[in-house]
Amino acid sequence: MCCSSGCAPLGAFKVLKAFEEAVKEFGVERECKVAKTGCVGTCSVGPAVVIEPGDFLYQNVTPETAREIVRDHIVLGLPMKDMLYGNKAFFEKQHRLVLRNAGKIDPSRIQDYIAMGGYSGIVKCLATMTPQGVIYEIATSGLRGRGGAGFPTGQKWGLVARSHDTPKYIVANLDEGDPGVFANRTLAEADPHAILEGMLIAAYAIKAEKGYLYIRSEYPLAIQTLQRAIAQAKSISLLGDNVLDTGFKFDVELRFGAGAFVAGEETAILASVEGRRAMPRPRPPYPANSGLWGKPTLIQNVETLANIPIIIQNGGAWFSKIGTPRCTGTKCFSLTGKTNNPGLIEVPMGITLREVVFDIGGGVPDGRTFKAVLVGGPSGGCLPDTLLELPIDYDSLTRVGAIMGSGGIVVLDDESCMVDTAKFFTEFCVDESCGRCTPCRAGLTRVKEIFDGITTGNSRMEDIATLEKSGVYIRDASLCGLGQTAPNPVLTTLRYFRDEYVEHIRDKTCRAGKCFKKEEEV
Amino acid sequence: MTTATVALKIDGLEVTVSEGTMILKAAKDNGIIIPTLCNLEGLSPYGGCRLCLVEISGSPKLFPACITPVSSGMEVTTQSERLTEYRKMAVQMLLAERTHICSVCVANDHCELQSLANQLGVDHVMFERNWTSLEIDSTHDFLVIDRNRCILCTRCIRVCDEIEGVHTLDLKLRGKDAQVIMDLDEHWGGSCSCTSCRKCAKVCPVGAIYIEGEPVSHTKHKDIAEFITERRQRKWKQ
Amino acid sequence: METVEKTKLATIWLSGCSGCHMSFLDQDELLIDLAKKVKLVYSPIADVKVFPENVDVTLIEGAVANEDQLSLLKRARERTKILISLGDCAVTGNVTALRNAWENSDQAVLQRAYIENANVNQQIPIDVPKLLKKVRPLHEVVKVDYFIPGCPPSAALINYVVTELLAGRAPNMEGRSKYG
Repeated sequence: MCCSSGCAPLGAFKVLKAFEEAVKEFGVERECKVAKTGCVGTCSVGPAVVIEPGDFLYQNVTPETAREIVRDHIVLGLPMKDMLYGNKAFFEKQHRLVLRNAGKIDPSRIQDYIAMGGYSGIVKCLATMTPQGVIYEIATSGLRGRGGAGFPTGQKWGLVARSHDTPKYIVANLDEGDPGVFANRTLAEADPHAILEGMLIAAYAIKAEKGYLYIRSEYPLAIQTLQRAIAQAKSISLLGDNVLDTGFKFDVELRFGAGAFVAGEETAILASVEGRRAMPRPRPPYPANSGLWGKPTLIQNVETLANIPIIIQNGGAWFSKIGTPRCTGTKCFSLTGKTNNPGLIEVPMGITLREVVFDIGGGVPDGRTFKAVLVGGPSGGCLPDTLLELPIDYDSLTRVGAIMGSGGIVVLDDESCMVDTAKFFTEFCVDESCGRCTPCRAGLTRVKEIFDGITTGNSRMEDIATLEKSGVYIRDASLCGLGQTAPNPVLTTLRYFRDEYVEHIRDKTCRAGKCFKKEEEV
Repeated sequence: MTTATVALKIDGLEVTVSEGTMILKAAKDNGIIIPTLCNLEGLSPYGGCRLCLVEISGSPKLFPACITPVSSGMEVTTQSERLTEYRKMAVQMLLAERTHICSVCVANDHCELQSLANQLGVDHVMFERNWTSLEIDSTHDFLVIDRNRCILCTRCIRVCDEIEGVHTLDLKLRGKDAQVIMDLDEHWGGSCSCTSCRKCAKVCPVGAIYIEGEPVSHTKHKDIAEFITERRQRKWKQ
Repeated sequence: METVEKTKLATIWLSGCSGCHMSFLDQDELLIDLAKKVKLVYSPIADVKVFPENVDVTLIEGAVANEDQLSLLKRARERTKILISLGDCAVTGNVTALRNAWENSDQAVLQRAYIENANVNQQIPIDVPKLLKKVRPLHEVVKVDYFIPGCPPSAALINYVVTELLAGRAPNMEGRSKYG
């Protein structure tokens, strides 16, 4: 029974209670165990319930139908076919590795995680591997950072390991700030120990003794889940001064964000953990050499960390065969927008946008036509139908002006205005800019002001060239990733949907019918 | 004790400087001036104004000269069509961001932003100008801050923290709303930490912080941070 | 015998103090050379009532602050080949545009001047051009071809720009664009 942030507001806890009561009512407590789990991924049809064995997924379950399911499926052995989630295609093309335990275990029970093979990774490291051996395995896997930049993880670990300064630190980045992205949140709510085990293995490899898990305060359920998980891990010596009696020391402390998207940037997160204003700083020095309090620090996104235990368990070579040669493994995406199957998905790298949008996503609802797909959140690109055959991997996306980012895919239809879309994401970045550097702080605000003019009928054709010029400058001159990628929605919509800009400016029309609602005086 | 030296090329000129020197200083010491606004010798570099971006051969990226150390064999280009375009963009964005009207400003003719615009030939701003109404604080006996002229270079914050050591000034809010404040966003006149040393007014590149009644040409003292820092270092060497 | 067509020059002042025109006149004896090459077809210092057609170069001082100025500016843009913003008011808004920092400044300035600060006959004038909500530099309203910053720009600078344009060259503004 999914009780994550997606299904909970839809009444999941009431349904859970109904199941518990029904199980009691029909006297099947010994045959049937009711468990709270994390997210299954089918967020649009919650509350979602999975009955095992058999992998039966029930959708839109209410307290009334809960009782019926217990009566018919569990007691009488007759699954209720018309209430099952019928869309096989949603799962067919997915490959759930990071989300391996999501929806299958109770995240509040460390025993569940261990029963699924959890923590065998760190045991294998401590018992049979050297730190260099661990790094070698990660490097062989070809894993690249899942936070957005895609830096080779094994290489990053090697850089920190080679640093002679001590103490060393690990920072796990759960500041997921992209609007519409909930992959990290879901992972933490569904399988918190996967992150902790990843941190443990990393700590062993680079010889760190302290880890900070930086999580945004807007994720209370994830915070609660992680706090409980850390306490449970500590209680059985998986964290602390003497991990599993091997003398290896590693402790994890949670740190909370305070509402800034920019805090997810590598050097800003360091400043925030140190208690300072979360502003990025120029590099060099790089965190691998000089991070927290001037010491070597490894910063990894939690999705990257969740891959680590299975790489150690199954070997780097096994992992390297998934995905594409230059882009191994899988990626979690929050699929939202004008799609028939919104939710959390995990796909192998190299899958095409077409497969994600039309096979997994089931295409565009209400008989409307596909127009664009946004990949990469507010730092991403708006890609047209001509690019649907594009494989999803770091390099292909960068080549067309998008980025992988933290995993947001938004589908747009003919009722979406591309100018308004670019404006929306620009406004987000303007609000979240830290204010340090001229191009992002001063430049992006100018871009937003031009959009205000375009969408209210106060603009000139020259504004298109100004947007282009400004966008390129902000991309090339900004200090950190926020500013460097903020112009992507603008530049890609100018590149692939220029007609809409011309229509807005020259003809004062919006073909999607979104803009020009209120005229402003000159 | 001798420090290692590094040989590199700046704009085709072969120069040799001490290891650890930033490109900006290496260039300046050899007669090549790279434009800056947030940098001030004697203060920690900030890397925020982005005026000092230079090209280094072998990389498509741009590097802020104030915070990038030299390395052996490096080939730096400080002047190019692209860099000039980018510097002009930065100046225009700054001029449009808040209210910058030179004719009525206390720093007219003694303003680094004004000089830079002149030098680059920024004869107009391609963006719609903002007419801000941020708070002007003149509660102090003689120091005044007009936040509508501030370009957020943070020289004042850094000099107050690193040279005077009291850290009265810092930033509140973020992005375009960021403002320099005193203590916990209190009025300057009532500040319990400010020592009235005036260094903030001395280092402000524009007319944001000034001394009431005193000509700006008299107040501004660009070398103050470098001077004090070097004096302190020499003291330790004794 | 070949007669060279004189370049048709116009000047306008909108919301300015006329200081830029004074600076233009400060070209002193250089005006004699200029007069050989240009014909002044419209100017506040000439007696022409309507902005003519087919003007070659127009120098405009002052920002756009009321509806009359807006229509004159638009007419000038239609009827001239090269339009030059002369001085900081035209280029940046300058002093004239300081009222933009207040909301509804078009009403507020009239209130302050004609009601609050008036001792007799307090009333908002009704038969003067309506103030715009915001005062604007010229290029925020029409396309401008060249800019001469300064408050005022020096006579030497004005002379440089005009003579360069008459020679068919674009003026190089590096080191020549000091505001204030």
